[in-house]
Amino acid sequence: MHSALLAIDLFLVIEKLVLIVGIVSISLVIAMYETYAERKVAAFIQDRRGPNRAGPFGILQPLADGLKLFMKEEIIPNTSNRFLFILGPCLAMMAAMMTSAVIPWGGTLNVFGRPVTLQIADINIGILYVFGVVSMGVYGIMIGGWASNNKFSLMAALRGASQVISYELPMGLSLIALLMLTGSLKMSEIVAQQMDSTWNVLYQPLGFFIFLVCAFAECNRTPFDLPEAENELNFGYHQEYSSMKLGFYLFAEYINMFISSVVMATLFFGGYDIPFFNDAAHTDWGNWLVALQGLVLLMKVGFFIFLFMWVRWTIPRFRYDQLMNLGWRGLIPLSLINMIATAAFILWKSNGYKF
Amino acid sequence: MDISQILFYALSAMALGSAIMVVISRNPVHSVLWLIVTFFAISGHYILMNAQFLGIVNLIVYAGAIMVLFLFVIMLMNLNAEAEPQKNKWLKLAGVVAGGCLLLVMVAALKQAEVKGQIAILGTGDIGLIKNLGQALFTDYVVPFEISSVLFLSAMVGAVVIGKK
Repeated sequence: MHSALLAIDLFLVIEKLVLIVGIVSISLVIAMYETYAERKVAAFIQDRRGPNRAGPFGILQPLADGLKLFMKEEIIPNTSNRFLFILGPCLAMMAAMMTSAVIPWGGTLNVFGRPVTLQIADINIGILYVFGVVSMGVYGIMIGGWASNNKFSLMAALRGASQVISYELPMGLSLIALLMLTGSLKMSEIVAQQMDSTWNVLYQPLGFFIFLVCAFAECNRTPFDLPEAENELNFGYHQEYSSMKLGFYLFAEYINMFISSVVMATLFFGGYDIPFFNDAAHTDWGNWLVALQGLVLLMKVGFFIFLFMWVRWTIPRFRYDQLMNLGWRGLIPLSLINMIATAAFILWKSNGYKF
Repeated sequence: MDISQILFYALSAMALGSAIMVVISRNPVHSVLWLIVTFFAISGHYILMNAQFLGIVNLIVYAGAIMVLFLFVIMLMNLNAEAEPQKNKWLKLAGVVAGGCLLLVMVAALKQAEVKGQIAILGTGDIGLIKNLGQALFTDYVVPFEISSVLFLSAMVGAVVIGKK
């Protein structure tokens, strides 16, 4: 028993632990500053100043917000189901954090002669893992809404769940078209292919658009923020929550936004590929090249996050039947057509452009 | 005992324990949540056998979609433990007898089976990886695969017809 247990590579464990802690803290910090960026972007679009009191340019505002949430009184309703009430936000947060495990954040670092890949787990089923975790995110909403024992929370939770399930279908279908091109589910493989040739968005513009719309819906962002439509449902599925449990729900949304931006950048925009630059010719830059790649990925992600906010403050919310019509009658047929067209083209190409 | 064996026993205990909790929970919502835990344990078993694709599809389809629909229905029906009608004593006895009979039959059937002496192969074999699985499905088993897809299609058409009413 002892020999097998001790046979684990200790360095591997340390390396992965450092990676996990690093990536989790980076996504938390980014999510924190997303709240600040959201308020600043909103202010810019509405011709206001936005938060500018805490620190220079209001840069300490997220800390102040977090402190405020922590200091608030924690209320658990008497008639709620206590365990599930606490489990809800935990699940939402956990599902949001777990997705980052399969994302390749950069090339291979060289740490004291030891190659360290900037990816927690390069598994065979990479993108399916993301899907699995995303579909777990529904439980955070549903359990929280049900355990609050409040009919508005319950209705909002059911809305949220049906919305997420409905939009998972076109998302998966648009991904199938992409996967037929790449021929691999591995995230690292998909990025490597894009580094050698062009970005996938050029081959799959329609697929990318469908994926983008579905990502908005999955994150419960405007124009699809029906689960928290305050004029219809008081406040949404987190109505009974207070203090940091409410903070977890809100925070999970921002982390989801960050992660879906990363997934879009990785699948369609070349991941950590530096545009107009031959990475392979500059391997002598060593770790600096890897750092640059990571930075470029974060810049692409920053653009997508800005897009999320831009859309939120520009487009009004859908009505619920419009939302369902768009999902089932608009996006699903569109993604099916996209899939069949892609498959037909691949077949045609493999036949040497002959019929 | 190496690490995959320890994992195997832990996952088995988790699967059995949560499956028992599905049956004995008084609140139907708790039952569904325990069933989700069971699915997670089963997916863990798949991953131990290096069948990553099966493991994740089990999670996406069962835990991610079907169980959400179960929860949906149960939450909307608002079944509480107090509202549950108390069953007749004789009915409970009959249930125990029927369940015991099923157990007896299964034990008697499996006693003679060959699987008794075999143990699961852990961490080896790559038929569960998506590439090999796809190749097997679309070459050796293409007819059963297509027939089952027609079955799914007819189920889908049926669901649409019922939903239109």
